[in-house]
Amino acid sequence: MNMNTTSNPLMQVSQLAVQFETPDGVINAVNGITFTLDRGKTLGIVGESGSGKSQSVLAMMGLLATNGRATGQVLYQGQDLISMPTADLNRIRGNRVAMIFQDPMTSLNPYLTVERQMTEVLELHKGLSRREARVRAIQTLDAVKMPEAARRINMYPHEFSGGMRQRVMIAMALLCEPDVLIADEPTTALDVTVQAQILVLMRELQRDFGTAIVLITHDLGVVAGLCNEVMVLYGGQVMEQGSAEAIFYRPSHPYTAGLLAAVPRLEDGDAPMLAIPGAPPNMARLPAGCPFTDRCAMALPQCGVERPAFAASAHDADVLRACHLGIEDVTRNLQYLKSQLGVAT
Amino acid sequence: MSDAHSTSRPILEVRNLKVQFQVRGEGQWPWSPKRFLKAVDGVSFDLRAGETLGIVGESGCGKSTLARALIDLVPIADGSVRWQGDEMRGAGPEAWQAKRKVVQMIFQDPLASLDPRMTVAQIIGEPLRTHCPELSAAEHNERVLAMMLRVGLTAQQINRYPHEFSGGQCQRIGIARALILKPQVVICDEPVSALDVSIQAQIINLLKELQAEMGLALIFIAHDLAVVKHISQRVMVMYLGRAMEIAQKHALYDSPRHPYTQALLSAIPVPDPKIERAKTLQLLQGDLPSAINQPSGCVFRTRCPKAVEECAKNIPALRRISEQSESACILG
Amino acid sequence: MNPLTPSKNDGLVQGLSRLPDPGSPPRNLWADARTRFFRNKAAVISLVVLSTIILACAIGPLLLPHAFDTADWDAMSLGPSFKNAHFWGTDEAGRDLLVRCLVGGRISLMVGLMATFASVTVGIAWGAVAGFVGGKVDAFMMRIVDMMYAIPYLLIAILLVTILGREFYLVVITITVFSWMDMARIVRGQTLSLRSREYVEAAHSIGVPIHRIITTHIVPNLLGVVVIYTTVTVPGVILTESVLSFLGLGIQEPMTSWGVLIEDGTKVMEVSPWILLFPAAMLSITLYCFNFIGDGMRDALDPKDR
Repeated sequence: MNMNTTSNPLMQVSQLAVQFETPDGVINAVNGITFTLDRGKTLGIVGESGSGKSQSVLAMMGLLATNGRATGQVLYQGQDLISMPTADLNRIRGNRVAMIFQDPMTSLNPYLTVERQMTEVLELHKGLSRREARVRAIQTLDAVKMPEAARRINMYPHEFSGGMRQRVMIAMALLCEPDVLIADEPTTALDVTVQAQILVLMRELQRDFGTAIVLITHDLGVVAGLCNEVMVLYGGQVMEQGSAEAIFYRPSHPYTAGLLAAVPRLEDGDAPMLAIPGAPPNMARLPAGCPFTDRCAMALPQCGVERPAFAASAHDADVLRACHLGIEDVTRNLQYLKSQLGVAT
Repeated sequence: MSDAHSTSRPILEVRNLKVQFQVRGEGQWPWSPKRFLKAVDGVSFDLRAGETLGIVGESGCGKSTLARALIDLVPIADGSVRWQGDEMRGAGPEAWQAKRKVVQMIFQDPLASLDPRMTVAQIIGEPLRTHCPELSAAEHNERVLAMMLRVGLTAQQINRYPHEFSGGQCQRIGIARALILKPQVVICDEPVSALDVSIQAQIINLLKELQAEMGLALIFIAHDLAVVKHISQRVMVMYLGRAMEIAQKHALYDSPRHPYTQALLSAIPVPDPKIERAKTLQLLQGDLPSAINQPSGCVFRTRCPKAVEECAKNIPALRRISEQSESACILG
Repeated sequence: MNPLTPSKNDGLVQGLSRLPDPGSPPRNLWADARTRFFRNKAAVISLVVLSTIILACAIGPLLLPHAFDTADWDAMSLGPSFKNAHFWGTDEAGRDLLVRCLVGGRISLMVGLMATFASVTVGIAWGAVAGFVGGKVDAFMMRIVDMMYAIPYLLIAILLVTILGREFYLVVITITVFSWMDMARIVRGQTLSLRSREYVEAAHSIGVPIHRIITTHIVPNLLGVVVIYTTVTVPGVILTESVLSFLGLGIQEPMTSWGVLIEDGTKVMEVSPWILLFPAAMLSITLYCFNFIGDGMRDALDPKDR
């Protein structure tokens, strides 16, 4: 992912951190994310509530709340998005880097027709006239397989179903043919059959348009279907990062392994699920060391005190992990745990 | 679906249950014919003591409404619901009050189902106060505390308020509240949908332990077939207010008969890249039809990849395909 | 043989279904709200000022040398001065203005609080029943509220005063009759929203009887809204009383209130402006204080922060 990538990555994020000033103190929502995104690749950012996955991409797009501050570097084709003035950022947002959000009902303006919302984007970024923009918009709606696009484009968002609205959002994001598409839990609010449709669509669009995708989700199944590379977040920090094969088949971090074992699977027979004890962390009071310490079944005393270094794994140079335990220890402990519970290894 | 070898009566018998809501649309005059949203449109099933029935479906299928109709939270429009052999449709408040000790419910949103102004002790103790007011304060507190410890909370948390707990802990409080009367059946309305993946497994494992310990029957409602698989013996798949398929777990997951079940199973994303990418999806076209103007014949035909002309003519009944499964599809 | 890393104890496997204790002391929602309230500077200052005014009105006249209705013959229409301890001056009948303001304040505040209490009680009862029962009963009750809004209160106030007289309690009743509707509407709206909350549904599913649901689940969750609107109602009621008294329909002589004093003051405002300014200032400051406190309470009890 980092050693063998092309020499001209599309996006380079280094040590991205996000802090919020609240009456309860300073909250470190995101604490050191580093990754590289190449053309046409898909990166999946996986985490549960409080892991900081949404805040990290909001920081990348300059959409943080007023009491939030982002530090670090987000280089898009060499330009740092974090320190860029808003006027320049506006030329990139929606144009070269586009975002789709979780809830399509609240992300679309209920008072404007779909046509108006889409033509607005084209008029602003591409300088098209209203009529030209409408033609392009209908073409894009066709590309996202919306039936009867020319008729439906005049409708209001509330007249669409959830899946259709999400297609509208995806179409809006693709209008300017961006290089990077950031999707923040795009299918979480949808039914599973509709989700399947949308995921197939995204795969096809990626193939046709060559867009790089950053997909944020808590659903490991979605990541498995769509992403080449995976980053696992917990408590605002990266636990493990690497290719999808490495993460899914050879997890080397207790959290990743625990998460994979906790997901209910269709093909597993009647095996019990391995539960991770405890609850998501309180972001205002994180331990000094690894944020997963309190829930980790294999934690050493130093885990709570010293933050593990984020470094390449000994087995797989493409995988980065942040854990004090070595890979053999993690694997062995995991097998022990599973055998204790009668879970298949 | 009754077991021919058992002599005991099912604890719950539902026959042709219908629930509908009157809908007022635009352009309706007082004299225009009433329009109804058929939330549940003729569902029949049995539940035996100690077994778990999973009810699965996507949004708009009526599973939550069905659950609420079973315990009189929404009125039953038609059909029959028998708890322990007693017909409950049209039953008065006293009859339902007696049944409340037998059937309890766990809700989807863990925090919203707890009164924010009551402490944990008061919340868990409320069923006791309602149904067993004769208990002394000491006995009452003892039972509340015992229940709290059983679901994995600690004694120090007894005077805290719901907003001080995480989602998983709130759901444990909800479970404690539902079980304190030692009911025979617990209806779980999407109890883990609002929880993180790592917490879902905790709660499901807890429910299974408690079921084994207390001999509970569960009706487990979810939209995720994978979750339901871990806890149910039989599964019912619903679509637009009707049951599409009811089968024993292995029959349903290994050889689903109904096209909707097949589509649902293939649509679930599997956390395994090789499997996921090699999967041939059975994609459904289009959107959910309106529940007010339902399609004629089989409600699923508008999206079904195997639909034929015959499907539009009659509503297919739930046919027994084998000892273990029933399916509402004329194509078998 | 334990294959785990040596330093981890055996509490491992049990830990898989038990939870760690949060460790911090319990946080009551009311205590939270109190903390938030005291962070609001305007609200705290208003609270202090209002308490001072109430205290002054209550015990001030006992400490000052003058009575509110005796005339001081050598100090008629005197401006504020230290002569004879007429700190705020006297009116044209020689009565000390400071004492009159404080005594008038007693009456205004008492009428305000009594009428508020009465209208809040009626409003809550009306709104909770309408909201909880719903349907035709709700529609009927709310149409009555609408009708009350439509009636011009001044007209009715004049009628009532003419027919029944200007006793103290009648003034309170007149004001109450026209001040309960806001609270009724607010409470009804809140009850409607609470009725469909999941914890009320849960209470139904447990079998809690309806009257117990209203008292244990609905009413405590209404209190936040009720408290806020009460602090908003009080200034409205005080102002209504002042208006009535200003028009000669309210408090009768020899009792006085801020409205009466303001009316007196307008008559001579070109010649003795202080007779108008002091009572007007007291009324205004009191109303501002209630408004800031009401704002502070609304922010403190804001459901979004829960």
